[in-house]
Amino acid sequence: MALVDGRHLGLSDVSVSEATAGDFVALLKPRVMSLVVFTAFVGLVVAPVLPNPLIAIVSIAAIAVGAGASGALNMWFDADIDRLMARTAGRPIPAGRVRPADALAFGLVLSALSVMTLGLVANWLAASMLAFTIFFYAVIYTMWLKRSTPQNIVIGGAAGAFPPMIGWTAATGTIGLESAILFLIIFLWTPPHFWALALFSKSDYAKAGIPMMPNVAGEASTRRQIFAYSLLVAVTGVLPALLGYSSLVFGVAAAALGAGFVWYAWRVLATAETRAAKALFGYSLLYLFAIFALILVDHIAMRSIGA
Amino acid sequence: MMAADQKQDFVELTDAQKKARRSRSIALGLALGALVIVFYVITLAKFGPAILDRVL
Repeated sequence: MALVDGRHLGLSDVSVSEATAGDFVALLKPRVMSLVVFTAFVGLVVAPVLPNPLIAIVSIAAIAVGAGASGALNMWFDADIDRLMARTAGRPIPAGRVRPADALAFGLVLSALSVMTLGLVANWLAASMLAFTIFFYAVIYTMWLKRSTPQNIVIGGAAGAFPPMIGWTAATGTIGLESAILFLIIFLWTPPHFWALALFSKSDYAKAGIPMMPNVAGEASTRRQIFAYSLLVAVTGVLPALLGYSSLVFGVAAAALGAGFVWYAWRVLATAETRAAKALFGYSLLYLFAIFALILVDHIAMRSIGA
Repeated sequence: MMAADQKQDFVELTDAQKKARRSRSIALGLALGALVIVFYVITLAKFGPAILDRVL
Protein backbone atom coordinates (compact mmCIF):
# COMPACT_ATOMS: atom_id res chain seq x y z
CA MET A 1 0.00 0.00 0.00
CA ALA A 2 2.79 2.35 0.93
CA LEU A 3 4.49 1.72 -2.38
CA VAL A 4 1.61 3.29 -4.27
CA ASP A 5 1.65 6.99 -3.63
CA GLY A 6 0.53 10.15 -5.33
CA ARG A 7 3.60 10.55 -7.47
CA HIS A 8 3.11 7.24 -9.24
CA LEU A 9 -0.58 7.79 -9.75
CA GLY A 10 0.30 10.93 -11.66
CA LEU A 11 1.59 8.73 -14.47
CA SER A 12 -1.77 7.06 -14.98
CA ASP A 13 -2.64 9.21 -17.96
CA VAL A 14 0.14 7.74 -20.05
CA SER A 15 0.07 4.17 -18.75
CA VAL A 16 -3.63 3.37 -19.20
CA SER A 17 -4.29 2.23 -22.72
CA GLU A 18 -6.75 4.05 -24.93
CA ALA A 19 -6.43 1.47 -27.71
CA THR A 20 -9.73 0.28 -29.12
CA ALA A 21 -10.36 -3.12 -30.65
CA GLY A 22 -10.12 -1.42 -34.04
CA ASP A 23 -6.52 -0.38 -33.33
CA PHE A 24 -5.60 -3.99 -32.70
CA VAL A 25 -7.35 -5.02 -35.91
CA ALA A 26 -5.27 -2.37 -37.73
CA LEU A 27 -2.11 -4.06 -36.36
CA LEU A 28 -3.06 -7.15 -38.37
CA LYS A 29 -2.80 -5.21 -41.67
CA PRO A 30 -6.31 -6.23 -42.82
CA ARG A 31 -5.70 -5.33 -46.47
CA VAL A 32 -2.65 -7.57 -46.71
CA MET A 33 -4.63 -10.19 -44.81
CA SER A 34 -7.43 -10.14 -47.40
CA LEU A 35 -4.91 -10.98 -50.13
CA VAL A 36 -3.49 -13.76 -47.93
CA VAL A 37 -6.96 -15.21 -47.35
CA PHE A 38 -7.66 -15.16 -51.07
CA THR A 39 -4.35 -16.70 -52.23
CA ALA A 40 -4.38 -19.32 -49.44
CA PHE A 41 -7.95 -20.21 -50.41
CA VAL A 42 -6.93 -20.68 -54.05
CA GLY A 43 -3.95 -22.83 -53.01
CA LEU A 44 -6.19 -24.99 -50.87
CA VAL A 45 -8.95 -25.41 -53.44
CA VAL A 46 -6.68 -26.30 -56.39
CA ALA A 47 -4.92 -29.01 -54.35
CA PRO A 48 -5.63 -32.53 -55.60
CA VAL A 49 -7.07 -33.55 -52.22
CA LEU A 50 -10.12 -31.63 -50.97
CA PRO A 51 -10.35 -31.42 -47.19
CA ASN A 52 -13.54 -31.23 -45.13
CA PRO A 53 -14.98 -27.72 -45.77
CA LEU A 54 -14.95 -26.83 -42.05
CA ILE A 55 -11.32 -27.84 -41.78
CA ALA A 56 -10.58 -25.84 -44.94
CA ILE A 57 -12.23 -22.69 -43.54
CA VAL A 58 -10.46 -22.92 -40.18
CA SER A 59 -7.12 -23.65 -41.90
CA ILE A 60 -7.46 -20.50 -44.00
CA ALA A 61 -8.47 -18.50 -40.91
CA ALA A 62 -5.36 -19.79 -39.09
CA ILE A 63 -3.13 -18.81 -42.02
CA ALA A 64 -4.78 -15.35 -42.09
CA VAL A 65 -4.30 -14.84 -38.34
CA GLY A 66 -0.67 -15.97 -38.65
CA ALA A 67 -0.14 -13.40 -41.42
CA GLY A 68 -1.83 -10.77 -39.25
CA ALA A 69 0.40 -11.68 -36.32
CA SER A 70 3.50 -11.15 -38.44
CA GLY A 71 2.03 -7.77 -39.45
CA ALA A 72 1.70 -6.82 -35.76
CA LEU A 73 5.30 -7.88 -35.07
CA ASN A 74 6.38 -5.83 -38.12
CA MET A 75 4.57 -2.74 -36.83
CA TRP A 76 6.05 -3.24 -33.35
CA PHE A 77 9.60 -3.34 -34.71
CA ASP A 78 9.12 -0.64 -37.35
CA ALA A 79 7.35 1.95 -35.16
CA ASP A 80 10.45 4.18 -35.26
CA ILE A 81 10.60 4.39 -39.06
CA ASP A 82 6.81 4.27 -39.58
CA ARG A 83 6.66 7.51 -37.59
CA LEU A 84 8.80 9.23 -40.23
CA MET A 85 6.81 8.27 -43.33
CA ALA A 86 3.54 9.93 -44.33
CA ARG A 87 2.10 6.61 -45.57
CA THR A 88 2.62 4.87 -42.21
CA ALA A 89 2.63 7.66 -39.58
CA GLY A 90 -1.04 7.01 -38.82
CA ARG A 91 -0.48 3.36 -37.80
CA PRO A 92 -1.56 2.54 -34.23
CA ILE A 93 1.88 2.57 -32.57
CA PRO A 94 3.43 5.70 -34.16
CA ALA A 95 0.09 7.49 -33.66
CA GLY A 96 0.35 6.65 -29.95
CA ARG A 97 -2.86 4.62 -29.70
CA VAL A 98 -1.26 1.23 -29.00
CA ARG A 99 1.72 0.76 -26.66
CA PRO A 100 4.65 -1.07 -28.30
CA ALA A 101 4.74 -3.80 -25.65
CA ASP A 102 1.04 -4.50 -26.21
CA ALA A 103 1.58 -4.89 -29.96
CA LEU A 104 4.51 -7.25 -29.34
CA ALA A 105 2.47 -9.42 -26.96
CA PHE A 106 -0.48 -9.39 -29.37
CA GLY A 107 1.74 -10.50 -32.26
CA LEU A 108 3.47 -13.25 -30.28
CA VAL A 109 0.25 -14.67 -28.82
CA LEU A 110 -1.49 -14.73 -32.21
CA SER A 111 1.60 -16.32 -33.84
CA ALA A 112 1.60 -19.18 -31.36
CA LEU A 113 -2.17 -19.58 -31.49
CA SER A 114 -2.37 -19.62 -35.30
CA VAL A 115 0.48 -22.12 -35.72
CA MET A 116 -0.91 -24.47 -33.05
CA THR A 117 -4.41 -24.25 -34.52
CA LEU A 118 -3.22 -24.99 -38.07
CA GLY A 119 -1.16 -27.92 -36.77
CA LEU A 120 -4.09 -29.45 -34.89
CA VAL A 121 -6.66 -28.75 -37.57
CA ALA A 122 -4.70 -29.51 -40.77
CA ASN A 123 -1.20 -30.94 -40.38
CA TRP A 124 2.15 -30.04 -38.86
CA LEU A 125 3.95 -29.53 -42.18
CA ALA A 126 1.54 -26.70 -43.00
CA ALA A 127 1.91 -25.38 -39.43
CA SER A 128 5.73 -25.43 -39.71
CA MET A 129 5.49 -23.50 -42.98
CA LEU A 130 3.26 -20.92 -41.30
CA ALA A 131 5.70 -20.60 -38.39
CA PHE A 132 8.56 -20.20 -40.87
CA THR A 133 6.61 -17.54 -42.80
CA ILE A 134 5.99 -15.52 -39.63
CA PHE A 135 9.65 -15.85 -38.65
CA PHE A 136 10.80 -14.93 -42.16
CA TYR A 137 8.62 -11.81 -42.34
CA ALA A 138 9.15 -10.57 -38.78
CA VAL A 139 12.83 -11.43 -38.30
CA ILE A 140 14.55 -11.96 -41.67
CA TYR A 141 12.65 -9.25 -43.57
CA THR A 142 11.59 -6.68 -40.95
CA MET A 143 14.51 -6.80 -38.53
CA TRP A 144 17.30 -7.53 -40.94
CA LEU A 145 16.82 -7.09 -44.71
CA LYS A 146 14.46 -4.12 -44.78
CA ARG A 147 16.98 -1.72 -43.29
CA SER A 148 20.13 -3.17 -44.81
CA THR A 149 19.76 -3.99 -48.52
CA PRO A 150 17.86 -2.81 -51.61
CA GLN A 151 17.11 -6.51 -52.24
CA ASN A 152 14.91 -6.34 -49.09
CA ILE A 153 11.56 -6.80 -50.79
CA VAL A 154 12.94 -9.25 -53.37
CA ILE A 155 13.96 -11.76 -50.69
CA GLY A 156 11.25 -10.68 -48.24
CA GLY A 157 8.68 -11.30 -50.96
CA ALA A 158 8.95 -14.99 -50.09
CA ALA A 159 6.93 -14.32 -46.93
CA GLY A 160 4.03 -12.95 -48.97
CA ALA A 161 4.34 -15.81 -51.47
CA PHE A 162 4.03 -18.65 -48.96
CA PRO A 163 0.27 -18.46 -48.13
CA PRO A 164 -1.02 -20.30 -51.26
CA MET A 165 1.64 -22.96 -50.67
CA ILE A 166 0.54 -23.32 -47.05
CA GLY A 167 -3.07 -23.63 -48.19
CA TRP A 168 -2.04 -26.37 -50.64
CA THR A 169 -0.05 -28.17 -47.94
CA ALA A 170 -2.91 -27.83 -45.44
CA ALA A 171 -5.04 -29.83 -47.89
CA THR A 172 -2.47 -32.39 -49.05
CA GLY A 173 0.14 -32.67 -46.31
CA THR A 174 2.87 -32.39 -48.96
CA ILE A 175 4.68 -29.85 -51.14
CA GLY A 176 4.20 -30.04 -54.90
CA LEU A 177 5.40 -28.39 -58.09
CA GLU A 178 1.96 -26.85 -58.63
CA SER A 179 2.05 -25.10 -55.26
CA ALA A 180 5.62 -23.98 -55.96
CA ILE A 181 4.37 -22.23 -59.10
CA LEU A 182 1.74 -20.34 -57.08
CA PHE A 183 4.61 -19.31 -54.79
CA LEU A 184 6.72 -18.23 -57.74
CA ILE A 185 3.99 -16.03 -59.23
CA ILE A 186 3.70 -13.93 -56.03
CA PHE A 187 7.45 -14.03 -55.39
CA LEU A 188 8.31 -12.59 -58.83
CA TRP A 189 5.34 -10.19 -58.70
CA THR A 190 6.55 -8.56 -55.47
CA PRO A 191 9.57 -6.59 -56.79
CA PRO A 192 7.77 -4.75 -59.62
CA HIS A 193 4.80 -4.14 -57.30
CA PHE A 194 6.84 -2.61 -54.46
CA TRP A 195 9.36 -0.83 -56.67
CA ALA A 196 6.50 0.91 -58.47
CA LEU A 197 5.37 2.09 -55.04
CA ALA A 198 8.94 3.01 -54.11
CA LEU A 199 9.28 5.12 -57.26
CA PHE A 200 6.51 7.45 -56.15
CA SER A 201 7.29 7.21 -52.40
CA LYS A 202 11.02 7.76 -52.80
CA SER A 203 11.24 10.80 -50.54
CA ASP A 204 9.29 8.99 -47.78
CA TYR A 205 11.71 6.07 -47.81
CA ALA A 206 14.68 8.44 -47.91
CA LYS A 207 13.37 10.26 -44.82
CA ALA A 208 13.16 6.95 -42.94
CA GLY A 209 16.55 5.79 -44.25
CA ILE A 210 15.18 2.61 -45.82
CA PRO A 211 17.43 1.46 -48.69
CA MET A 212 14.74 0.91 -51.33
CA MET A 213 15.98 0.26 -54.87
CA PRO A 214 15.22 3.76 -56.30
CA ASN A 215 17.05 5.40 -53.38
CA VAL A 216 20.13 3.18 -53.68
CA ALA A 217 20.50 2.23 -57.35
CA GLY A 218 18.61 5.20 -58.81
CA GLU A 219 15.31 5.45 -60.65
CA ALA A 220 16.63 4.46 -64.09
CA SER A 221 18.07 1.19 -62.79
CA THR A 222 14.87 0.48 -60.82
CA ARG A 223 12.78 0.95 -63.97
CA ARG A 224 14.93 -1.52 -65.87
CA GLN A 225 14.68 -4.06 -63.07
CA ILE A 226 10.91 -3.58 -62.84
CA PHE A 227 10.69 -4.35 -66.55
CA ALA A 228 12.88 -7.47 -66.23
CA TYR A 229 10.78 -8.85 -63.37
CA SER A 230 7.59 -8.06 -65.30
CA LEU A 231 8.75 -10.34 -68.12
CA LEU A 232 9.39 -13.10 -65.57
CA VAL A 233 5.94 -12.58 -63.99
CA ALA A 234 4.26 -12.74 -67.39
CA VAL A 235 6.00 -16.04 -68.23
CA THR A 236 5.41 -17.58 -64.80
CA GLY A 237 1.72 -16.68 -64.99
CA VAL A 238 1.35 -18.96 -68.04
CA LEU A 239 3.25 -21.89 -66.46
CA PRO A 240 0.18 -23.60 -64.92
CA ALA A 241 -1.19 -24.06 -68.47
CA LEU A 242 2.18 -25.08 -69.97
CA LEU A 243 2.65 -27.74 -67.29
CA GLY A 244 -0.88 -29.04 -67.71
CA TYR A 245 -2.31 -27.95 -64.34
CA SER A 246 -4.68 -25.50 -66.01
CA SER A 247 -6.56 -25.38 -69.30
CA LEU A 248 -5.57 -23.70 -72.55
CA VAL A 249 -8.29 -21.09 -71.93
CA PHE A 250 -6.50 -20.15 -68.72
CA GLY A 251 -3.21 -20.00 -70.61
CA VAL A 252 -4.59 -17.50 -73.12
CA ALA A 253 -6.15 -15.33 -70.39
CA ALA A 254 -2.96 -15.45 -68.28
CA ALA A 255 -0.89 -14.50 -71.32
CA ALA A 256 -3.16 -11.49 -71.92
CA LEU A 257 -2.90 -10.41 -68.27
CA GLY A 258 0.87 -10.86 -68.42
CA ALA A 259 1.08 -8.81 -71.61
CA GLY A 260 -0.77 -6.05 -69.76
CA PHE A 261 1.77 -6.23 -66.95
CA VAL A 262 4.66 -5.95 -69.38
CA TRP A 263 2.95 -3.04 -71.15
CA TYR A 264 2.49 -1.10 -67.90
CA ALA A 265 6.11 -1.84 -66.94
CA TRP A 266 7.21 -0.68 -70.40
CA ARG A 267 5.35 2.60 -69.81
CA VAL A 268 7.28 3.01 -66.54
CA LEU A 269 10.55 2.33 -68.37
CA ALA A 270 9.81 4.59 -71.35
CA THR A 271 8.08 7.62 -69.85
CA ALA A 272 9.76 7.98 -66.43
CA GLU A 273 6.60 9.64 -65.14
CA THR A 274 5.20 9.21 -61.63
CA ARG A 275 1.81 8.59 -63.20
CA ALA A 276 3.14 5.52 -65.02
CA ALA A 277 4.52 4.06 -61.77
CA LYS A 278 1.17 4.63 -60.05
CA ALA A 279 -0.62 2.97 -62.95
CA LEU A 280 1.68 -0.07 -62.74
CA PHE A 281 1.15 -0.27 -58.97
CA GLY A 282 -2.62 -0.31 -59.48
CA TYR A 283 -2.43 -2.82 -62.33
CA SER A 284 -0.12 -5.14 -60.36
CA LEU A 285 -2.77 -5.49 -57.62
CA LEU A 286 -5.42 -6.21 -60.23
CA TYR A 287 -3.10 -8.70 -61.95
CA LEU A 288 -2.44 -10.76 -58.83
CA PHE A 289 -6.10 -10.90 -57.93
CA ALA A 290 -7.10 -11.77 -61.51
CA ILE A 291 -4.51 -14.48 -62.07
CA PHE A 292 -5.42 -16.28 -58.84
CA ALA A 293 -9.13 -15.88 -59.56
CA LEU A 294 -8.52 -17.40 -63.01
CA ILE A 295 -6.60 -20.34 -61.56
CA LEU A 296 -9.47 -20.93 -59.15
CA VAL A 297 -12.26 -20.67 -61.73
CA ASP A 298 -10.32 -22.79 -64.22
CA HIS A 299 -9.79 -25.56 -61.68
CA ILE A 300 -13.41 -25.59 -60.62
CA ALA A 301 -14.51 -25.66 -64.28
CA MET A 302 -12.06 -28.45 -65.21
CA ARG A 303 -13.09 -30.48 -62.18
CA SER A 304 -16.78 -30.13 -62.93
CA ILE A 305 -16.37 -31.34 -66.53
CA GLY A 306 -14.15 -34.14 -65.26
CA ALA A 307 -11.07 -33.12 -67.22
CA MET B 1 -8.47 5.80 7.01
CA MET B 2 -9.50 3.20 4.39
CA ALA B 3 -11.72 5.63 2.56
CA ALA B 4 -8.96 8.18 2.27
CA ASP B 5 -6.48 5.55 1.06
CA GLN B 6 -8.87 4.21 -1.54
CA LYS B 7 -9.36 7.62 -3.02
CA GLN B 8 -5.60 7.77 -3.53
CA ASP B 9 -4.92 4.20 -4.59
CA PHE B 10 -7.31 3.83 -7.47
CA VAL B 11 -6.65 5.22 -10.90
CA GLU B 12 -9.61 7.18 -12.20
CA LEU B 13 -10.18 6.24 -15.85
CA THR B 14 -11.17 8.95 -18.26
CA ASP B 15 -14.22 8.42 -20.46
CA ALA B 16 -11.98 7.71 -23.45
CA GLN B 17 -10.09 5.05 -21.49
CA LYS B 18 -13.33 3.44 -20.28
CA LYS B 19 -14.73 3.40 -23.80
CA ALA B 20 -11.53 1.88 -25.20
CA ARG B 21 -11.45 -0.75 -22.44
CA ARG B 22 -15.05 -1.68 -23.16
CA SER B 23 -14.30 -2.03 -26.87
CA ARG B 24 -11.28 -4.27 -26.12
CA SER B 25 -13.28 -6.37 -23.64
CA ILE B 26 -16.09 -7.00 -26.12
CA ALA B 27 -13.64 -7.92 -28.91
CA LEU B 28 -11.71 -10.26 -26.59
CA GLY B 29 -14.94 -11.90 -25.44
CA LEU B 30 -16.10 -12.44 -29.02
CA ALA B 31 -12.69 -13.78 -30.07
CA LEU B 32 -12.56 -16.27 -27.19
CA GLY B 33 -16.17 -17.31 -27.83
CA ALA B 34 -15.36 -17.87 -31.51
CA LEU B 35 -12.32 -19.94 -30.54
CA VAL B 36 -14.45 -22.21 -28.33
CA ILE B 37 -16.94 -22.73 -31.17
CA VAL B 38 -14.14 -23.36 -33.71
CA PHE B 39 -12.45 -25.99 -31.55
CA TYR B 40 -15.76 -27.67 -30.75
CA VAL B 41 -16.83 -27.83 -34.39
CA ILE B 42 -13.39 -28.97 -35.57
CA THR B 43 -13.34 -31.74 -32.99
CA LEU B 44 -16.64 -33.01 -34.38
CA ALA B 45 -15.45 -32.62 -37.98
CA LYS B 46 -12.18 -34.48 -37.37
CA PHE B 47 -13.62 -37.36 -35.39
CA GLY B 48 -16.93 -37.59 -37.24
CA PRO B 49 -19.33 -40.31 -36.08
CA ALA B 50 -16.36 -42.15 -34.57
CA ILE B 51 -16.48 -39.74 -31.66
CA LEU B 52 -19.33 -41.86 -30.23
CA ASP B 53 -17.51 -45.07 -30.98
CA ARG B 54 -14.68 -45.10 -28.53
CA VAL B 55 -13.97 -47.63 -25.85
CA LEU B 56 -14.26 -45.67 -22.64
